[in-house]
Amino acid sequence: MTADVAIVGIGMHAFGRHPGVSSRAQATHAIKEALSDASLTWSDMQFAVGGSRDGGDADTLVSDLGLTGLPFANVWNGCATGGSALQSAHSAIASGSADVGIVVGFDKHDSGAFSVDPESMGLPAWYGETGLMLTTQFFGLKVQRYLHEQGLDPSILQTIAAKAFRNGSLNPNAWRRKALSEREIADSAMVSHPLTQYMFCSPGEGAVALVLSRADRARSQTNRPVYLNSISMRSRRFGSFEVFSPWLSPERGDSPTVDAAAAAFELAGIAPQDIDVAQVQDTEAGAELMHMAETGLCKHGEQEGLIRSGATEIGGAMPVNTDGGCLANGEPIGASGLRQVHEVALQLRGEAGERQIPGPRRVGFTQVYGAPGVSACTVLSV
Amino acid sequence: MTTRAVADDLFVEREGTPHLVGSRCSQCGTTTFPQQPSCPRCTRWEMLREELPNTGTLWSFTVQSFRPKAPYRGPAEFVPYGVGYVDLGGRVLVESRLTENDPTRLRIGAPVEMVLEPLRTEPDGTVVLTYAFAPRLEQ
Repeated sequence: MTADVAIVGIGMHAFGRHPGVSSRAQATHAIKEALSDASLTWSDMQFAVGGSRDGGDADTLVSDLGLTGLPFANVWNGCATGGSALQSAHSAIASGSADVGIVVGFDKHDSGAFSVDPESMGLPAWYGETGLMLTTQFFGLKVQRYLHEQGLDPSILQTIAAKAFRNGSLNPNAWRRKALSEREIADSAMVSHPLTQYMFCSPGEGAVALVLSRADRARSQTNRPVYLNSISMRSRRFGSFEVFSPWLSPERGDSPTVDAAAAAFELAGIAPQDIDVAQVQDTEAGAELMHMAETGLCKHGEQEGLIRSGATEIGGAMPVNTDGGCLANGEPIGASGLRQVHEVALQLRGEAGERQIPGPRRVGFTQVYGAPGVSACTVLSV
Repeated sequence: MTTRAVADDLFVEREGTPHLVGSRCSQCGTTTFPQQPSCPRCTRWEMLREELPNTGTLWSFTVQSFRPKAPYRGPAEFVPYGVGYVDLGGRVLVESRLTENDPTRLRIGAPVEMVLEPLRTEPDGTVVLTYAFAPRLEQ
């Protein structure tokens, strides 16, 4: 596999709830940690890309980090913001216009489901007014149909959530660090049938930063580069079933994740079967179930057997969401996609501590998904 | 009792039967709901107004079990409501509130029909109506 870009430094502010710690402070914490990891300084950064929904404008972080005059672009693509930020940075380096730069994602949300303005998304006011514009409803509707079409037992949802909290209990940066039994998950409050409270992630806080470099210079900066072999971002095509859709076509089409994952694998020149560790968007347990197949990591309908056999556990043949995913980490929107890349980088570097995958660790994969139907996938390797 | 629709030309009544109003692409035949000026399938801007069938089958469902934040504008006293996609004769799947809020009484493939239901009452007593789908007795 070839790569034009490498990750030479990673940094993170723990996810969760941090009263009194501003989102900007969490972002600068992550940036300083990533720079230190790369043995570089803020002055070495030739560009920056960042995104946040509620934490403030990323480019204003320069007032704390240093007014070096670097170009700093703000990006916003819903939950896929981190993926878009990383893609922009990848393009800047792969095109030859810069040698080294930094990506940052951070956020700090109020508790409870997100409130969204319909008109900002091109939707009519009545759609919000009548109580149809909730992400939680979409996830319930989508997984309900998927379980029906694939003939899967709904109890697989609690099995997926239990794995997330078990993995989160091994992750010092996770928000939810207490393992929960499948029974506790199934018996928690019903939010959007068939999904209960503990099958959903919650809006939270946190920050992640990654220092990127030209791949051919990575070895001169660090002895443990992680190569970004490919990154692909897609929006929805006609017929896909996405969040905030007042109508769907009976003519079914592939989701943006199918397109983004296929492109990422093709660009990297490898197959999904070659992946040693994967992070997929698990806004709720059903998303992990569906995304496993949409990314090509397995076939539709195969998930239940794989999950029940332990294949997606840390010690399994295809570990998925080793850091506890969104379910255990919560979702600070701007940071969430970069958390996945941070986790795969830690795993490939062999530095994931108690949750380190025991098997081969050469190639990893990430997939982030967001409203109103955007997906970004990466292939990473050492 | 004074009533008004939650939005203009979202639905109409024909001989006492309510119908949703969508649009159809004059080029590729794609039906959208609600109406929109362009076709998301073939990208042309030649859409015609189209009144949709009043009956269909339930394609997927969930239940909204907590009171949504704004921009929701239902009554202060919250009653959980069903939400589903309804397949209107293979033409289009529309998202809708469901009059049934017990998931054990909802089934994918079940026949449903459109009704109008009160969303809330304004301070001046005007009842704001929206659309919903109700289970239809199987023949």
